[in-house]
Amino acid sequence: MKTLAFSVLAGFLFFAFSSAVTPNGYGVGDVAQDFSLKNVDGKMVSLSNYKDVKGYIVVFTCNHCPYAQLYEQRIIDLHRKYKDKGFPVIAINPNSPDIVPEDSFAEMQNRARQKRYPFAYLFDEKQTVFPQFGATRTPHVFVLDANLIVRYIGAIDDNPESPNSIKNRYVESAVESMLRGDNPTPDFTRAVGCTIKKKP
Amino acid sequence: MKPFVPYRLRLLLILLACFLALPSLSAQSAKLTVFDSLSQLEARINQAGNATIVVNFWATWCKPCIEELPSFEELRSRYANQNVQVILVSLDFKSHIEKKLIPFLKLQKLQSEVILLADQDANSWIPRVFEAWDGAIPATLVVKGPKRVFNFGQFNAYSDLESFVRPFIADSSTTISTQHMLDFGTGK
Repeated sequence: MKTLAFSVLAGFLFFAFSSAVTPNGYGVGDVAQDFSLKNVDGKMVSLSNYKDVKGYIVVFTCNHCPYAQLYEQRIIDLHRKYKDKGFPVIAINPNSPDIVPEDSFAEMQNRARQKRYPFAYLFDEKQTVFPQFGATRTPHVFVLDANLIVRYIGAIDDNPESPNSIKNRYVESAVESMLRGDNPTPDFTRAVGCTIKKKP
Repeated sequence: MKPFVPYRLRLLLILLACFLALPSLSAQSAKLTVFDSLSQLEARINQAGNATIVVNFWATWCKPCIEELPSFEELRSRYANQNVQVILVSLDFKSHIEKKLIPFLKLQKLQSEVILLADQDANSWIPRVFEAWDGAIPATLVVKGPKRVFNFGQFNAYSDLESFVRPFIADSSTTISTQHMLDFGTGK
């Protein structure tokens, strides 16, 4: 009996201490804090720099991650489609180049030039912005409204591999809902992606 | 079920079915199975009974995943006789099996069981693995019966992985050693 009690207690303690850390950050409905990060053109960019917008499509992405690469064109397309409707894309590279050299600021500049990024591609050099948002992977999207309220968190769509077989364009439908004055549904999705590489 | 099929033919059919179930992969490296739905992986885990199942989610394109694969191989070889099973769940695309996954498995000579999970509905299957997981890899799930723990991200060293898994393996021996301690305490 004592043994059983001990096992139960040990099991409980084990779970109490080993339960994995849940990533913190914004949930839908939270107000995002503005930031000031360096763009690939060398200028500092904040959300408040954008005038007359209805919201922001904040995309944590990077150079090296194959999933981010699969979505690169779709991120460009999102900006082209929604910038004039008031929803520009703001891309942020959260990775430490100490861990992934391909994600250095110079490499970001190269990539933005080669692929002619039409949006700001910012460097979270101190790695303070992505934890605030609670971004955990690349790509990871946060759609905000004009008041910086987080309205959608998650994936761009449901098919990374083949853009022709997409069934749900999550970000597009979130932005379309907001343009109509509705709440996005779904407002939270999960997807496979690369972990954000944090400097220890 | 088919009593008139001779035994040897039945054996042959079973063997043939086994081969058909596997993509062309030589016997020298890991066994590769393709699951189109998470339910198949859940069934695989459930059939393990009282074994400790260590499920690592990885992909050939994921650098930190590849870095930690040797730790899982080591765990498998060290604890195979203690009812520990390692399953490496690849999230590579199905279209990359021949081109990328199989050459990788051959090159690395992985011995653990490898399952390619090609469930297209990521938004649904990811939280079924672990509610708080959002899909970033690497990630590792340890299951023993009804108990499960989850590790977000990479294990820095083999010892980290081992200490994460060991409480599950030591389950019965902890009880035994407590018994010893109690016995010792009574002066027996």
